[in-house]
Amino acid sequence: MSILGKLSLDAIPLHEPILIATFCGVALGGLILAFLLIKYNLLGTLWKNWITSVDHKRLGVMYIVLALVMLLRGFADAVMMRLQLALSTNGGDGYLPPHHYDQVFTAHGVIMIIFMAMPFMIGLMNIVLPLQIGARDVAFPFLNNLSFWLTAGGAILVNISLFVGEFAKTGWVAYPPLAGLEFSPDVGVDYYIWALQISGIGTTLTAVNFLATVFKMRAPGMKLMDMPIFTWTCTWANILIAASFPILTVTLALLTLDRYLDFHFFTNDGGGNSMMYINLFWAWGHPEVYILVLPAFGIFSEVVSTFTGKRLFGHKSMIWASGAISILGFIVWLHHFFTMGSSANVNAFFGMATMVIAVPTGVKLFNWLFTMYRGRLRVTVPVLWTLGFMVTFTIGGMTGVLLAVPGADYVLHNSLFLIAHFHNTIIGGAVFGYLAGFVFWFPKVMGFKLNEKLGKAAFWCWLVGFFLAFMPLYVLGFLGMTRRLNHTDNPDWNIWLYIALVGAFVIMAGIISQLLQLYVSFRDRKDNLDTTGDPWNAHTLEWATSSPPQSYNFAVIPTVSDIDAFTDMKEKGEAYVRKDSYAPIHMPKNTASGILISGCVTVMGFALIWHIWWLAALGLFGSFVFLVIRAYTKDVDYYVQPDEIARTENAYLDSVAKG
Amino acid sequence: MILLLTRILSKVALALMVGLLAGCQGGVLDPKGQVGIEEKQLIIVATLLMLLVVIPVIFMTLYFAWKYREGRDEIYEPKWSHSTKIETIVWIIPIIIVIILGVITWKSTHALDPYKPLKSDKDHINVQVVSMNWKWLFIYPDLGIASVNELRFPANVPVAFQISSEGTMNSFFIPQLGSQIYSMAGMVTKLHLIANEPGTFKGISANYSGPGFTNMKFDAIAMETEADFDAWVEGVKAGSHNVINNGVLNQVSYDKLAEYDADPHHKHVATPVQYYNSIEPGIFTDNVMKFMKDHGQVELLKGTSFEPKMIHDGSNHGEMNHGEMNHGEMNHEASEHSSHEMHMEADK
Repeated sequence: MSILGKLSLDAIPLHEPILIATFCGVALGGLILAFLLIKYNLLGTLWKNWITSVDHKRLGVMYIVLALVMLLRGFADAVMMRLQLALSTNGGDGYLPPHHYDQVFTAHGVIMIIFMAMPFMIGLMNIVLPLQIGARDVAFPFLNNLSFWLTAGGAILVNISLFVGEFAKTGWVAYPPLAGLEFSPDVGVDYYIWALQISGIGTTLTAVNFLATVFKMRAPGMKLMDMPIFTWTCTWANILIAASFPILTVTLALLTLDRYLDFHFFTNDGGGNSMMYINLFWAWGHPEVYILVLPAFGIFSEVVSTFTGKRLFGHKSMIWASGAISILGFIVWLHHFFTMGSSANVNAFFGMATMVIAVPTGVKLFNWLFTMYRGRLRVTVPVLWTLGFMVTFTIGGMTGVLLAVPGADYVLHNSLFLIAHFHNTIIGGAVFGYLAGFVFWFPKVMGFKLNEKLGKAAFWCWLVGFFLAFMPLYVLGFLGMTRRLNHTDNPDWNIWLYIALVGAFVIMAGIISQLLQLYVSFRDRKDNLDTTGDPWNAHTLEWATSSPPQSYNFAVIPTVSDIDAFTDMKEKGEAYVRKDSYAPIHMPKNTASGILISGCVTVMGFALIWHIWWLAALGLFGSFVFLVIRAYTKDVDYYVQPDEIARTENAYLDSVAKG
Repeated sequence: MILLLTRILSKVALALMVGLLAGCQGGVLDPKGQVGIEEKQLIIVATLLMLLVVIPVIFMTLYFAWKYREGRDEIYEPKWSHSTKIETIVWIIPIIIVIILGVITWKSTHALDPYKPLKSDKDHINVQVVSMNWKWLFIYPDLGIASVNELRFPANVPVAFQISSEGTMNSFFIPQLGSQIYSMAGMVTKLHLIANEPGTFKGISANYSGPGFTNMKFDAIAMETEADFDAWVEGVKAGSHNVINNGVLNQVSYDKLAEYDADPHHKHVATPVQYYNSIEPGIFTDNVMKFMKDHGQVELLKGTSFEPKMIHDGSNHGEMNHGEMNHGEMNHEASEHSSHEMHMEADK
C-alpha cells in the first residue's frame, strides 16, 4: 500500500465533465472571494472576529452562511435529479448514469438534512436563544465554536467527495448490506460515515451546551414555564439531540467496524443482521425530523404572536404539545419499515403511536389560529411564510398519518408518495419556518431590514414551486412509481415528471429572489436601518438590545416578570432606561482552538476515508494536542469596562430616541 | 394575496383530482387483487376521515388571516391568550379522530397482515422469491420449476410467497395486487397475494439496491384459468416455450445466475426472462441458510466440536417449504434456529 493509502490520481473524476465544470466554478468563486478579502484587507477581520469568535451571534451567522451555501449545493442536486427524470422517460437513459445519479440523490438527502436544515436551525437557535433568556452568551462559548467547526468539517468532507473520489451510492440512509464493504467497496460510504460522524459530534455538543444554557443562565425571574416559545421548542429539540444523536454515533461506529475491521454487525454472513442497523438508524432518524421541525414551530409561534400584536394563545399547551411530540417521537421509529415483516401487533402499535403525534401537532395549529383570532395581523414576509406553512403542513400531516396506517403503507412505502410527504413536512414545515425566522431576525443580526418586495416574490415562488414540484409526486406514488429510479418507461408518468421539473425551476426562481433580496437589501441598507433594536414591536428579550446586539448582549441583565418579557417592560416603561453607571462585564475571549481541533479531526476523517493511516494518526494526535493546550490555557476571559459599556449603551439609547 | 393563495390551492387540488382519475390505470388505486382492493378502500376511508379536520383548518387559517388583518376594524384583544373551553375542544377533536383512525388501524393491520394466508376455497400456490443483483428468481418448489423476471400464477388462486435475498435488501412489490415486503439475505419474509382477474401486472423492487436497481422489474402474469397455468408449467418442464431454458436449478446454476457486474460505471441492462425446467429440492432453503453456515468460521469457535454442516443438515427443508412458520417469531426463525444450535455446540 502506498503512502497515500487508496488515494491516487484515479480518484480525480477527470472523465466527468459535470464535475470538472463544477470544480472550475467553485475554484473560480474561491479565488474571487480570496481576492476580495485580500483587496479589502478583510482576512484579519475574518480570522479575529469570525473564525475564532466565541460570540453566539457570530457563530449563528456562520452556521446560517454554511446552511445557505449547502442549500445551493443540495438544491443543485435536486434540479439535477428532476432533470434526469424528466429527460429519461420512455426508456431513455437521460444524462446521468446510475453511478453518478445514485451519488446525487444520496448527497441531496445528506446535505439537505445534516448540512442545510441542521445548521440553519442551530444557527437561528445560536443567535436567538441566549438573547431570549436574557443571557450574555451560552454556557460554554468555546465549545460552541468547536461545535460549529466540527459541523463545518463534516460539510467540507462531503464537498471534497465531489472532486476526490466519490460519495456514497446508497441513499441517505446507507442501509447495509448495500452500504457494507461487500456491495460498496469504494470510498463513498466512508465519506458518508466520517462526514456524519464528525458533524454529529458537533451537534451533540451543541445540544449539551444549550441545555446547560437554558437550565442555568436564564435571567432572574424567568421560570422554566415562562421561557419564550422558541426557546422552549429549541430546548425540546436539544433534549431530542442529546438523547438520539449518540444512537447515530454508535450506529455509524458499528458500520465503521464492519467496513474497516471486518466485524459482522450488519453483514449478511458471520451472524450479522442488517435489520439491526435499520432499527438503530431510525431510532435516531425519526427524532431527527422533530429536531428539525420543533424549532420551526417555535419560530411560527413567535411570528404569529408578534405580527398579530397579541400574546400567544395557549403558551403552556404549546410547551406540553412540543414535549408530547418529543417523547412520542421516540416510540414511532418502526413506521419507517412496516414492510420488513413485523407482526400485525407490532405494526399496529407503531402505526397508532404515530397517529397520536397528530394530536399535539393539531393542537399547535389551533393555537396559532386562535392567536390570530382577535388580533391585528400585519401581513409581512414572515407572516406569509407562516400562513403558507399552516396550509402546506396540514396537507403533509394528513399524508403522514395516512402513511402511518400500515395497510396503506404496504402499497405507499418507498413510493414517490412518501417522497412527497416528507418534503411536504420538511420544506413546508421546517424550511418555511427557518426562512420565516431568517427574515424575522435578520434586522436583529445585521441592523437593517430585508427588502419586502423581493421577500414576497421569494415566498410566492417557493410556495407555488413547492406545490408544482411535489403534488405530482403524490400522484406518481399512487401510479406505482417507486423512489430512486434512474429512468422510467411508463408514459402515464411523464406529464407528472415534467410538472415536477417546472416546480423545481419555480423554486429556483424563489432562491434567486432571495439572493437578489440579500444584495438589494445590503445595497439599500441605509434606508432600512433598524435604529431601535425592535423593528417589529415584538414581545421577547432579543428585541430589548440594539441591532446588531452589543457583544455582551445586555448591559444590565433584565429581571423578568412576564412571558412576553419585553412587552411587559415596554408597558411598564422599564425599556430603554439610561443607567448612570455600569458594572464591568465578564466575557470569554476568542480562540483558535476550535478550528485547530476540528481541522485536525477533519484531516483525520479524510485520512481514514483513504486509509492513509499515518495521517489519520497525526490528525488524531494533533486534535488531542490542541485540546490539551486549550485545557491548560488560563487566559480565556476579559472584562468589558464600564466606560466602554456606557459609551455603547448611550449610543444605542440615542439612536432609539431619534427613532 | 390570500385570494391568490386560495386560487393556487384550488388549482392544485383540481390537478390532484384529475391525477387520481388518470391514476385509474396501473397504480395502487387501480387494484386487481383482493389485498390491493382492501388497501385502496383503507386509503380512501382514512383520507376522508382526516379531511374532516384538514379542510376546516385550512379554511380557518385563510379566513382568520383575512378577517383579523391590520386595518380592519375587528375586535382586538392583545392580552387574550387562554380559554379552557377552546383548549379542551382543540385537544378533544384530534383525539376523537385519532381514536377512530386507531381502531381502523388495529383492525386493518391484522386483516391485511402480509403473513396471513388468504381465505379461498382453492389451495394456494407456493412461490419462493429470491432477489438478486438485479433480477428476481421465482422458484415453484411444489412444481419443480423456476423462472427469472417472470412470475406466472392462475387468477383467483391465492399465492403464498416466501421471500429472501441473495445480497442487498430489496422490496418485492406488485403495485396492482397490493402489499410489498422486504427481501433480506439469510432471512425469509412472507407475503400472500391473489389476482381477482387475469392480466399482466408490473412487478418491481421498491427498495433501492444498487446501480442496476431501476431495471429490476418483472411481469406478474395472472393466467386466465388453472388449466392455462398447468399448461405453462408443463411447457416449462418440456422446454417448449420460446424462452431461454437453463435446465436444472442447482447450486451451480444458482451461483451462475447470481453473478452480476459489480462495476458501477458499466451500463446495467435488464436480465431477460429465463426458465429452469427442474430444480434441486431445497435450493431456496440452502441459499437462505448458507449465510448462517458462516457462523462456523468465526474465529472464536475454532477448536470446538462445532461443524457448520450440522446446522445445514439440521434444518428441516420440509418445514421451511410449506410456508406455515410460526408468525410470532417474525421472519428470522431460520437464524434463531441455527444460532441456538451454535450456542449449544459452543457451550460443550
